[in-house]
Amino acid sequence: MNDIQLPEIVSPGKRLWRIFASDWIALLGLAVLSLLVLLAIFAPFVVPQNPYDLAQLNILDGRLPPASQSFDEKMFYLLGTDDQGRDIYSAIIFGMRISLGVGLLSTLGALLIGTTLGLSAAYLGKKADSLIMRIVDIQLSFPAILIALILLAVFGQGLGKIIVALMTVQWAYYARTVRSAALVEMGKEYVEAARCLGLGHLRIIFNHLLPNCIAPLIVVAAMQIAAAIALEATLSFLGLGLPITEPSLGLLISNGYSYLMSGKYWISFYPGLALLVMIVSINLVADRLRDTLNPRLQK
Amino acid sequence: MLTIILRRMSESLFVLLLMSLLVFAGVYAIGNPVDLLISPDATPQDIEQVTKALGLDKPLWVQYGYFIVQVFRGDLGHSFLVGTPAIELLLSKMPATMELAVAAMLMASIVGIPLGLIAGLKSDSWIGKTIMTASIFGFSLPTFWVGLVFIMFFSVELGWLPSSGRGPTSIVLGIPVSFLSWEGLRHLLLPALNLALFKLALIIRLTRAGTQEALMQDYVRFARAKGLSQTRIIGVHVLKNILIPIVTVIGLEFGSVIAFSIVTESIFAWPGMGKLLIDSINGLDRPVIVAYLCLIVVFFVVINLAVDLIYALLDPRVRFGASAK
Repeated sequence: MNDIQLPEIVSPGKRLWRIFASDWIALLGLAVLSLLVLLAIFAPFVVPQNPYDLAQLNILDGRLPPASQSFDEKMFYLLGTDDQGRDIYSAIIFGMRISLGVGLLSTLGALLIGTTLGLSAAYLGKKADSLIMRIVDIQLSFPAILIALILLAVFGQGLGKIIVALMTVQWAYYARTVRSAALVEMGKEYVEAARCLGLGHLRIIFNHLLPNCIAPLIVVAAMQIAAAIALEATLSFLGLGLPITEPSLGLLISNGYSYLMSGKYWISFYPGLALLVMIVSINLVADRLRDTLNPRLQK
Repeated sequence: MLTIILRRMSESLFVLLLMSLLVFAGVYAIGNPVDLLISPDATPQDIEQVTKALGLDKPLWVQYGYFIVQVFRGDLGHSFLVGTPAIELLLSKMPATMELAVAAMLMASIVGIPLGLIAGLKSDSWIGKTIMTASIFGFSLPTFWVGLVFIMFFSVELGWLPSSGRGPTSIVLGIPVSFLSWEGLRHLLLPALNLALFKLALIIRLTRAGTQEALMQDYVRFARAKGLSQTRIIGVHVLKNILIPIVTVIGLEFGSVIAFSIVTESIFAWPGMGKLLIDSINGLDRPVIVAYLCLIVVFFVVINLAVDLIYALLDPRVRFGASAK
């Protein structure tokens, strides 16, 4: 007698995951990305040598091509070595750590600033709204690389400064995204209800508006992490980004640039390949996230 | 209309003011310019004299005033490294950058518009999907690394194309250009291609979206009903209608191509403004840095202003939307 088909009940998280996982390219991107992040986190445990401990480097092993034995035959250099005999594979894993770290930190900072300003613009309206959005418009009319270059050229370079520059470049995207989402939410009844209950402005903004604007923010943030990593690498390659003490992927590529002409391609080619794989996998995941979280595509 | 023009102009002025403050702060307030201008073994009297001569003993706002006056006179000092006036040095590098940017834009359009058209017409077939997936890579590829791979492959391995410099230039209307000689073209090809890739994905996606939208319009259905050939429908009716937004975007993106040529020029040692900027930053040649920043910001402000005004002129929604506020 129990033949009534009950619709299967799934939690929202599970439902979103199913939509996300229905695309195998995105799954592949996620798998590669997870692997890279794990490698970066556990960097000291997955590399054969600490690339920045000079005691472990042997100058006799300098500029060896990929898949060569070290001079004393104790080490195997899968991706070759650079001019100081540093294992390129180890340097890449450590470089990914720095690149990912800078990308994540600057994105988080920009997310914080942009979301706060965007929500304030939407909530306060009028003068505050037009002032904040005017600044956003003006900033977005300049290419990101130009703004970052101007800041670094004027204020000099360094780890802190490049993070600030990347944050300055990015915040406007979040402000614009969260404002347009928040404007839609503001018209809904639950905001009116919250106001009638006499809740404080901050509570309405952060407890009621923000949770409903999260989806588009996640998508933009995912894409911006990739953009931030690429921008940091570009600036570091130009010698304007990170100092030599923080060898990110961009610096590794820049370091190998001078050996390119003599055919010693691996010193900059493999770090570049790692950078490319990282950026493409983040973009694939972000692209799929956009489709997954888009309410128009959901049933 | 007048209010829009006035408002946009005041916005542009605001940007210029902000920028001048930023540059001033960076160049004059942080670090003492005297240290950069005189030799380390100068006596205290010398230092005082130079400080007076440069007006550095005056209050900050007076110094800022001097700075602005100098900028307006186009006098940004002499390059520390070369000794010629900074603005002259910069302008002498401008044709190279412009040639590179125009060549890149042409390449991106010539390749991108047909590919986008194909992707839009055959969006469900494997060819359309391949083009779109490839364009994700176009977005993701870091330009500077692609440049290195180009050099590695075409210059070092195959030895087909030169990897640096501009080659011999010929003078046309007083401007040196590379594209008129075979050797110059060979030099231009790799950097232009590198810079073009940066905009190729954008043009493909834009053309595809436009094509898909145009195909659903009544005038295409009507043209089909009239029995026009497919080539004529696509070549005349579809293409003509989607070209307007594409050309607008190409114009809009020109500024960002010039900004991005900083990277390409550095890789291929192309003697343009971007390479000059990077060399100046590495050589602490402040007058040239300031000149570049001033020039590029003015350039962008003018482009943005022009685009906004053209939009307001062409699109009544922008006009009315603005006056309704």
